[in-house]
Formats: sequence, C-alpha cells, structure tokens
Amino acid sequence: MDQYVPVLIALILGGVVALVMTFASTMLGVKTHSAVKDEPFECGNPPSGSAWGRFSVKFYLAAILFIVFDVEVVFLYPWAVVFRQLGLFGFIAMLLFVLVLVVGLVYEVKKGGLEST
Amino acid sequence: MQSFIDGLIASGVFGGLPAEAIYPAMMFLFASIVVFGFVLPLVTITIWLERRVWSRIQSRVGPNRVGPQGVLQGLADGVKNILKEDVVPDAADRPLFVFAPYLLVWGFLATFVVIPFSSALVIADLNVGILYIVAIVALSAVGVLMAGWASNNKWSLLGGIRSAAQVVSYEIPAGLALLPVVLLTGTLSTQGIIQAQGWAPWDWFLFHSPFTFIAAFAFYISALAETNRTPFDIPEAESELVAGFATEYSGFRFALFFLAEWGSLYVTGAIMAVLFLGGWQIPTGWTNNTVVLNIAQLTVFFLKAYFWVFLAMWIRATLPRIRVDQMMSLCWKYLVPLGFVNLVGTAVWMVIWPEGNTFVPYLMVVGTLALLVIFFRRVLYHLRRAKPELYFNPAI
Repeated sequence: MDQYVPVLIALILGGVVALVMTFASTMLGVKTHSAVKDEPFECGNPPSGSAWGRFSVKFYLAAILFIVFDVEVVFLYPWAVVFRQLGLFGFIAMLLFVLVLVVGLVYEVKKGGLEST
Repeated sequence: MQSFIDGLIASGVFGGLPAEAIYPAMMFLFASIVVFGFVLPLVTITIWLERRVWSRIQSRVGPNRVGPQGVLQGLADGVKNILKEDVVPDAADRPLFVFAPYLLVWGFLATFVVIPFSSALVIADLNVGILYIVAIVALSAVGVLMAGWASNNKWSLLGGIRSAAQVVSYEIPAGLALLPVVLLTGTLSTQGIIQAQGWAPWDWFLFHSPFTFIAAFAFYISALAETNRTPFDIPEAESELVAGFATEYSGFRFALFFLAEWGSLYVTGAIMAVLFLGGWQIPTGWTNNTVVLNIAQLTVFFLKAYFWVFLAMWIRATLPRIRVDQMMSLCWKYLVPLGFVNLVGTAVWMVIWPEGNTFVPYLMVVGTLALLVIFFRRVLYHLRRAKPELYFNPAI
C-alpha cells in the first residue's frame, strides 16, 4: 500500500494547484452579472430551451462497445506479463480468446454498428 | 527514489526522525518540484513553442513580444486568465461545472508519478505502471463529459459526448498497442521496460520487430486522439462547435483545460520514449559521477519525449480535422484490428525468436534512416523551388 502514497500526493498536489489558481481567479477577477451574460451561449440568439435533452444513440453504442473491448484488453495485460512462463499453452489459449474478440468486432462492423447515417 | 531516500537516511541528514515521516515528506517535496519546477513551466513553454512553430509553418511571426522571443507569453496568458471573470451560467449544474476542470488536471498530473525522468528520478516506480497510466488518463474523459453536460449548452453537450465517444474508443487501440512491449518485457513497471532496452537504436523496442514499429505509431495516433489533438480535435472543433466542451468556461477554469491538454501531450511523448525509444538509456562507463549521469539521462529522455511533442505540433499545423464517422471507423475498423495483428504477431515472433531476431533491428534502423533522408531531401527540394516571397521573414 505504501507504494501508492505518491499517487495520493500527486492527486492532492494537482487539486491544490487547480484550487489555488481558480480561487485566485474568483477573487481577483471582475464580477459583473447580468441576465443576458449568465444565459447559455448560442451565438447571440436567445437560447432555445435546455440542452439536457436526447442525443444520438450512436454515442451509447460506442460506450457499450468500449465496455466490452476495454475489459478484454485489461484481461490481456496479466497474460502479457506472464507470457514467457506460460509457454505454448498460454499462447494458444490467448489466440482463441483474441479470435473470439475479432469475431465480435467483425460482426459489429458487418452489422453496421459504426455507420453514422 | 526509494533508494535515494534510503541513502539520505543512512547519511544521517534527518537525525533521529522516523522513516515513516521522512518518506512521505520527501515524496511530497519531490512531487512538488516535479509539478512546480517542471510541469507548469513546461506547459507554458510548450504552448508558446507550439504557437511559434505554427507561425513558422504558416509564414507568419507568432507571439514574440513578452520576454525574449515571447518565451513568457504563457505566463502573461496565465496572469490574464486569473484576472478575468469566472462566469458560471445560471442554467448550469453548478457543482459539476466547477469540479470538471479538476478531473482533467488530475488526469494528467497523476501520470507524472510513474514517468521515469532518469534512472534515479521517478516519483514512484509502481509495478503496474503502464496499466496505471491507461487507467488514470481515462479520468480526463470523465472531466470533459462532465464539463460538457454541466454547461447546459448545446455546443458544450455535443463537444462533451463527442469527446467521450472518441476518448473511450481510442483507449482500446492505445491499450492494444502497449501490449507488445509488455509481452516482450514481462513487466508493467516503467523502469523495468526501460532497463529491458539499450541506448542504441537497434536495442529500442521501436526497431525490435515490424510489429512493435507499427504498434508505436498506432499508439501515437491513438494518443493524439485521446488528448483531443488535431486531426482528432472534433470535441472542441472551433468552426463547428464554437469551443466545444469549453464554450461556457472562462477565467482560470478555461485555462485549466488547456493546461491539461498540453500537459498530456508531454505525457504522450514520455510514454512513447519509455516504451519504444529506450527512455533514459545512454552509453555507460564514461562517468562515475551519479549526478552527471542522471543529468545526461534526464536530457536524453526529455529530448526523446519532446520529439513527439514537436511532431504533434507539426501535425496540428499541417492536417485538417477529420469527421466524427471517419474518426470512429479509423478506430474500430483499422486501429483495433491492427492492434490485434500486432499482439499476435509479437507473440509469434517471440515463439520463433525468444531472444529477438539479431538481424531485423539493424535492417529497420537502416530503413528508417533511409526514409528520413529521402524525406528531408524532398523538403529541401521543395524549399528550393518555393517562391522567395513565401519564405519566412523575421523582419516583417
């Protein structure tokens, strides 16, 4: 656990740097508010309703694909570390695993999961 | 770093202080030096240098008024940003809006923990180093999505979700491109990976086999996309989305986004240097002085990392932005399959030549040099043909 103390230190340091500078900005900066200034920027037009609405389902698809493939990639890391000890068995086993992944990828491309029209 | 502190304790500098107090204190000191003495100046200098490089490429002058040749431009911009108003729109989700830039700053500053500047200078040589970098860089995706959503602005929302889709997609080719090196070394520690390479180009993993060579460039492209750099800057595309996820930000919160962007650019270069270019490796035996040796290693590492930063500047000044669908298909249809090919190819290579092929690295070094020579000969040819009035003229 001691190994990860520097990570905590770096996070604290980053937070302090950002906090101090944004605090200085809020302290030193001008403060003039008006109804027009505080509304969302839409190139000068009056804003047409809230932006918190629906957006394209393609982005959800990208997120789902990411979850599947990222978990698989993370599974590959421990295998890669001990690849030399595993020998031929590990190599063939992972070849099958990668094959399953590639089949999934080919299916997704063929199904048109990436077309944005 | 651990051994360095052990040496200091043994020499009795701290007197009778307990070791549990010394380690965190020294770590904190060193991390502060890295952040304030290296990262923040580096980012401001990089932003200035990038603007100068673009100007040079586009035959104009660029910032040259603040300090000698405009070096202090970044500092001036920072002061100006602090003095500007920090506007939070009425309609925004205030806590998320205020918090989002911090996540980005964490996402790039925390990666410096495992970057080895020299054989002794690394804040912490974690045994999961590479995995840690891959994990912590993903924080910036959360930050950008949070900023885009919290602004309650259509431009910001589009920028935020575009960025989230892009960063998460390109994390997969980036992760796959790092795997060949992990295969070859059998370790995730950054120092371990550097120690497995040598100072000479033919000992670098870049030239180890054709697969690692391709993996290096696949990683570089993915990393450009992950840090939202041109040609993948669609999340903040000025000509379509105003400023993307940063539209509603002002004051220093706005500056933090760019601090993170240019900071992670150096992180990209450093990861390239660690994994593929032999990191801080230099010829040994010419000096016994540890300090001199470490300074030489530091310089070599910095130059190797900065080469990739310079390349990113060059790309940004040269290439146009690609479309969202092109971005997605480049990732899923080209880089991800390429990543699998590299992975399996490297594994096969290791089964055939467990100690690495003795001939191929030399061949690849010679081939790369030949390509570079041809490239620069073409550049010179075109420079000679160019009209004199198009030359850069510093007197303008």
